[in-house]
Amino acid sequence: MSRTSVYLVSLLIIFQSSLLAYSSNPKDFVNELVTDAISKLSDINLNKDQKASFIEKVALEHVDINALGLYTLGELRKSSTEDDISNYKNAFEKYFLKSLTSRLNDYSSSKFEITGEDKKSANYTIVNSMVRPEDGGPNIKIDWRVYTKDPDKPLIRDLIVEGLSLARTQKEEFSSILSSNNNDIKILIKKLEEFASN
Amino acid sequence: MQLIKNLKFVLSVLTITLFVANIAKSTEECFENTSRAIFKFNMIVDENLMEPIAKGYNKLPAPIKSGTSNFTSNIGTLLSIPNNILQGNFKQLGHSIGSFAINSTVGIFGILNPAEKIGLKPNKEDVGQTLGSYGVGPGCYFVLPILGPTTARDTLGMLADTFIDPFAHVTIREKELLSSSGNSLDFYSVKGVTAVDFRADNDRNFESLEKNSLDLYSSFKSIYLQDRENKIKNSIDEEDDWGNLNN
Repeated sequence: MSRTSVYLVSLLIIFQSSLLAYSSNPKDFVNELVTDAISKLSDINLNKDQKASFIEKVALEHVDINALGLYTLGELRKSSTEDDISNYKNAFEKYFLKSLTSRLNDYSSSKFEITGEDKKSANYTIVNSMVRPEDGGPNIKIDWRVYTKDPDKPLIRDLIVEGLSLARTQKEEFSSILSSNNNDIKILIKKLEEFASN
Repeated sequence: MQLIKNLKFVLSVLTITLFVANIAKSTEECFENTSRAIFKFNMIVDENLMEPIAKGYNKLPAPIKSGTSNFTSNIGTLLSIPNNILQGNFKQLGHSIGSFAINSTVGIFGILNPAEKIGLKPNKEDVGQTLGSYGVGPGCYFVLPILGPTTARDTLGMLADTFIDPFAHVTIREKELLSSSGNSLDFYSVKGVTAVDFRADNDRNFESLEKNSLDLYSSFKSIYLQDRENKIKNSIDEEDDWGNLNN
């Protein structure tokens, strides 16, 4: 391998690790992560695919997609087979990443500010923030539910926008789909896969 | 005499609501299929009427938008005054009265919001919230044409609002209050502009929700019920129902 190649590979590794290394303090963690995301999403030198790929990488690393998927499945997570749960987790991850990218793109032209934090227990902290849209729209209060069981690796579990929990909304939406389809998890999986592939 | 009449009406509403809420303690659907059909109709109305108006409204200069928003919000504060009394929330009563008095005078008929600058931030309160603060459950959930998501408690509350809202008195009932009076057109115009202002503020949220929902009807239901819970509690305490996923 030539010296230039080694140099380029090292640069890439440094870039990748700096990209995903955020503070372990919940407040700083959310601040650094969101500031980074807003800066990438508003970067005119990055195309749509590059932005989506960045968001996916960050979400896979810093959002507890696994727990979020199980939470949104509700009680059915206790009675479903391992195979069904595994298929559901895969479908949910794809669905989540697609909808997250779409949602973040909608709010990328905004200023972000951390306004406080509330340590609820050893396992989770609520970080309070304010999003100020640059187009003059009303400020949006967003609280971040951060799971801190591993204090060195905080994970985002929920966003509470103006008091409305996205996880709870998702859970109730899935619950409605399941109850109108005899609690058949396969139908929910199919709908998630359809959404992700469109 | 009028006050006693109104009080009687509010008490009747309370009795009926207690009865309805007891039948359906949780927010079960009353008639889901009908509600889903009405929801579809409302979405068509929104797409063809409210959304274009809201998008046009959003293009207005910022001072006109904020002036309109402040004006309707100031009138909305009037309904909070009797509800704060009924809830025994005297701190908020002070905020409502102070805010309305200052914004209606110094704030030029409510177009400006100087009250906020001196720390007066009245919560919006209605009879549905007052009943909720008394411990009355929401009863069953359904969707009304044009007016959208609601519950048994909130629908009865909405009717009761028109009997205790001072603005409704001087407009719908054409009574004179502090030498001012209006008509039904004034009432419905203000309500219409309030709806447009709300829709315009949430335009991006509506689009995002439409794009990312697997079942839009259920998303709206969840958001409506969460919002009402928060307004009744006057706080946004995060519900912790993650169970063993929190361990």
